[in-house]
Amino acid sequence: MANMANYKDLTIGDRMLEAGSSEKFHTGDWRSLAPSVDMEKCINCLTCWIYCPDESVLVEDGKLKGMKMSHCKGCGICAKVCPKKAITMKEE
Amino acid sequence: MAKDIAINGDAAVALAWKQIDPDVCAAYPITPQTIIVEKFAEYVSNGEVSTEFVCVESEHSALTLCVTATSAGARTFTATASQGLAYMWEMMPIASSMRVPLIMAVANRAVSGPININNDHGDVMSARDTGWVSLFAENVQEAYDMSIIAPRICEHHEVQLPGLVNLDGFILTHAIERITPLDEKDVKKFVGEYKPLYPLLDVKNPISHNLMDGPLFYFPHKYQTVLGMEKAYKVAKDVLEDFGKLSGRKYKILEEYKCEDADCIAIVLGSSFGTMKEAVDQLRKEGKKVGVAMPRLYRPWPIAEIAKLLKGKKTVIVMDRHLSLGAYGPMFPEVVAAALENDTMPKMYNYIYGLGGVDTMVSDFVDVFREAGSGKAKRINFVGVKE
Repeated sequence: MANMANYKDLTIGDRMLEAGSSEKFHTGDWRSLAPSVDMEKCINCLTCWIYCPDESVLVEDGKLKGMKMSHCKGCGICAKVCPKKAITMKEE
Repeated sequence: MAKDIAINGDAAVALAWKQIDPDVCAAYPITPQTIIVEKFAEYVSNGEVSTEFVCVESEHSALTLCVTATSAGARTFTATASQGLAYMWEMMPIASSMRVPLIMAVANRAVSGPININNDHGDVMSARDTGWVSLFAENVQEAYDMSIIAPRICEHHEVQLPGLVNLDGFILTHAIERITPLDEKDVKKFVGEYKPLYPLLDVKNPISHNLMDGPLFYFPHKYQTVLGMEKAYKVAKDVLEDFGKLSGRKYKILEEYKCEDADCIAIVLGSSFGTMKEAVDQLRKEGKKVGVAMPRLYRPWPIAEIAKLLKGKKTVIVMDRHLSLGAYGPMFPEVVAAALENDTMPKMYNYIYGLGGVDTMVSDFVDVFREAGSGKAKRINFVGVKE
């Protein structure tokens, strides 16, 4: 039998009684392809950072630092919008 | 106690809500409900209530607004009928799943097609499974009283479910009857201050409502609603009793008329309860042991009360003012299921009557009792349909 949640552990009316809880929901589990950045080609234009729907592009001092994989769903938008083709999607 | 007044059913519902003075009302006009919202809009316009009245472009928007206003922390009410309720349907299970205790009056009317504006229970019965507490009124006084009772049941912190107050279209909505309203201060005291659980507008405690559930969470959440309904059943008993003390009008979850010593009883909803009482009186004069009952509370379905009522009866007639096409009327299988709680089953017959507003008179109900009592009835019968 499927291991359903116990109703006693759930809030009435499906309410989440805290803010920012999606941080804990690691949508990176859904991924089949992962972005791989060629830092040689990257010009730090940060177009990928603007487009990423999951805020998975890490930036420090205005420069691309890498990808935060806990929430990256592998959608490939970053690779598509990169003007230098510095990002490629690869099977993990 | 305030003086008696002459008022139609719709205006009586509006009067109850004027006395309650809710925070928000959003509704869209549809016959035969329109007078409720027109009257209430007058109260708003005259400054007699402090309600935020929102004009919307459809019933779907009306209910969506009411659901979100209630989850924000407002006491909310709306009203509709027929196609309007059908258009709201998408939001109805969302309201019960979100556990928002908003109240809606339904001026029961046939659902198209064919297009028809008259009374039957097709609208509310088609929305039966959406998780709303459902109360029925026999007359205008009860339409007023149920409007005051419903929020007390639904807002209970262990219930937290939306509620419907059903009144028969035209037969009650447009009929002027004499009623005894309560004093406004008594209504306000009875209903009490609305204390929402986890309101969205509590900005110091940010929360989210209506999240997505995977299979492992959806089913347990539905089970929580089952428990909420069970609680509503218990709370309804207490609230009806409290209301009896306040008003002198003693209501029960299952209303019975001359059922105790009856061999043959009928079960019916809404205004026809009154008509059937008259039919019972006529047959009693002939010495026939007949009675009639009305589930005031249709959801949650009062299984224990129905089972107790059916105990030892020879014949049970279930009058349905709606039909699940290709099966039975909606109430018939539920009465049969309740009868399973007993050791013996009575003979049970389903009568479909009054669809699309066909007037069903005392003499029609007398005929139903005679036919069912004679044992010549079919399992499902269509009152007055010519073959």
